[in-house]
Amino acid sequence: MAQSLEETARQLARPGGGLLASDESTGTIGKRLEKALGEGANTEDNRRAYRELFYTAPIGEAGISGAIMFKETLYQSAADGTPFTQCLLRQGVLPGIKVDEGLVPLEGCPGETSTRGLDTLAAACKEYAAAGARFTKWRAALKVGGEAGLPSERCIEFNAAQLAEQAAICQAAGLVPIVEPELLIDGDHDQAAFAAASERVISRCVAHLWQKNVLLEACLLKPQMIIPGADYTRPRPSPDEVAEQTLRVMRRVVPAAIPGIMFLSGGQTEEEATVNLNRINQLAQEQGRAPWSLSFSFGRSLQASVLKLWSEDGSEGRQASKDACRAMAAALARANGLAVQGRYQGPHPSITLAQGSLRESFRGWRTDV
Amino acid sequence: MQATSVRSFSQSVAAAPQPRKPFTAAAAPGRRSVAVSAGLSTQKDNPFAEELKATAKYIAQRGRGILASDESNATTGKRLESVGVENTEDNRRDWRQLLYTAPGLGQYISGAIMFEETLYQKARDGTQFVDVLKGQGIVPGIKVDTGLQVLPGTDGETATQGLDNLGARCEAYYKQGARFAKWRAVLKISEGAGPSSQAILENAHGLARYAQIAQANGLVPIVEPEVTLGPGSYSIEETAYWSERVYSCVMRMLNEYDVMLEGILLKPNMCLPGLDAPPASPAEVAKYTVRTMLRTIPAAVPGIHFLSGGMSEEESTLNLQALQEACPNAPWSLTFSYGRALQSSTLKTWAGREENWDKAQQILLALAKANSEAQLGQFKGPHPVPGGGRILQALRTGGAGK
Repeated sequence: MAQSLEETARQLARPGGGLLASDESTGTIGKRLEKALGEGANTEDNRRAYRELFYTAPIGEAGISGAIMFKETLYQSAADGTPFTQCLLRQGVLPGIKVDEGLVPLEGCPGETSTRGLDTLAAACKEYAAAGARFTKWRAALKVGGEAGLPSERCIEFNAAQLAEQAAICQAAGLVPIVEPELLIDGDHDQAAFAAASERVISRCVAHLWQKNVLLEACLLKPQMIIPGADYTRPRPSPDEVAEQTLRVMRRVVPAAIPGIMFLSGGQTEEEATVNLNRINQLAQEQGRAPWSLSFSFGRSLQASVLKLWSEDGSEGRQASKDACRAMAAALARANGLAVQGRYQGPHPSITLAQGSLRESFRGWRTDV
Repeated sequence: MQATSVRSFSQSVAAAPQPRKPFTAAAAPGRRSVAVSAGLSTQKDNPFAEELKATAKYIAQRGRGILASDESNATTGKRLESVGVENTEDNRRDWRQLLYTAPGLGQYISGAIMFEETLYQKARDGTQFVDVLKGQGIVPGIKVDTGLQVLPGTDGETATQGLDNLGARCEAYYKQGARFAKWRAVLKISEGAGPSSQAILENAHGLARYAQIAQANGLVPIVEPEVTLGPGSYSIEETAYWSERVYSCVMRMLNEYDVMLEGILLKPNMCLPGLDAPPASPAEVAKYTVRTMLRTIPAAVPGIHFLSGGMSEEESTLNLQALQEACPNAPWSLTFSYGRALQSSTLKTWAGREENWDKAQQILLALAKANSEAQLGQFKGPHPVPGGGRILQALRTGGAGK
């Protein structure tokens, strides 16, 4: 039975549901695998085996409504031959696909980027839809602060226009677009500066969505929560402050017609991300006037502990069993599914808290073009 | 290009010319207003910020709406003359006194928009109208635009005048007791075509600039982009489409001018088909109107106060009721700012006769109550003035605020 785009978007943003962002490109996931399993670990089968841990874990009942995949993964299968799309669909998780092709430096804007992939997007979407994908994700990355007071006007305008263009193309191909204008955690800016930058950027993205007639009811937004930069030296804001600032910004710039705001975790620790998400939802319930789902699209925050278990020096100094890894995947999902309902209570299942921020400097830059 | 030479550090610091960074137009930093550092608000710099938010919240509270009584002297004159009353200052004052002293009006009305003359008028017993209203729990507001001007080269499309000297006027109105302002922009749909991009841009800019100035002077701006009900058989979908285009442009401009959304109120049209098309049911009106609002108006705006336009008194109430049913968990108040829909029968009942005064006030109260109930989604009928026809008025240009 064909489901409309709006219904798909609503399903992804359903109460208590959120997204597993497992769409790391070969390069990005490769670095993590090599760190965990040693040099030479970045093989197709290892990447497949790693993703299998998640897609065969009971993440659906734990609250995952959709999983974003990388192109290679969309066509891979579990060890028993079941295609990953099937592993997901049979537990009520919709398969999604990353459709951008990475960041490139933006001409004339030092330190800033745009995103590649528009030229081939329509054809790619057709293929992905045929392979079972139901939604897409496209990531723009914008740096905040610094001497030049980034992001620059041109960077905002360029990236917002690209985000809207890709959203329109994806919808035409029958896929729900996730619009991700990530304002990076890099820098020493405070929460207020981040809020101001987020308002500028998100409102511009929405303006372009309006201009291109993108169906907002069939669209999801993936922003960062309103937090200070990773190098901000003062005490980090409390979950209450994060919740208040985040809700204020979202109320100002996100139309109610968009069914879900799926926050990225972008460098927060696994616990930080969950606790903040939980407080955001509790405050929204207390105050009302929050007409969209306030949910998650987490990558590192749903994976870091699983990867650590799976590492050579995981639990007890060796690679943990697949069952243990799956259990962790489900536990991380469950914690965040509860946070979406404002019902999360600790302790957090994460085992990576000692390492602090999950920020990485590798950003998926394409230097071969 | 950086000069390279071997020097000691102190020498370099003292004597080296600063290397010029190559200029790239693309990355040229625009000079941003100070307010941008505070985001989409002038909160850090505007001493009125908290008051603006509180006033907007008060006016937008559930179960209440706005009485639009800001007709210019010329327009008021037409109305008075239609019931045989001469257009004099005293008669205009009497008419507004009838409205503002209706006993218990404040139960249903949270704000009243006045014309400049009225803001400075007194009731027969010498009480300032602003004080009469405040005594009723009704916030006094003031129309600040000075009328419509035809845009040259367009098919009768208009821009709204009134930006010159607006700051000083707002300051004076605030001193007199006004706490919110109103500025009406008009867009029209003709057969087969929506408003031109010129008209949309001009009117959105005017609204945003007015809103910025009003907030800077302590007045909550009611932003009124009216996509006006006009002749033609265009469908309700067309109205919805053009309303979306207009409101999204208005929102973009409000953002551009750093207007604090928590301190404004919106006064839009409901989505209706053209006058020559078959009328739409309340449920249909509600469906398209709510969809348009959800798509374009952020949750930070506390209240959406629909204008009645040409809708009959009964239509205005039934449609308002339908809105609540179509959007039970609205993030903003879906309420009213009604002129004709609260005044038409009230005026006819009074007709300038002292002996009809109380009866006319009772009609006003009944109409206000009906709309208050409709705002709460609790209107059950019967309507105090059922079955009325459309209450249309011609678009008046060149008024210059008189």
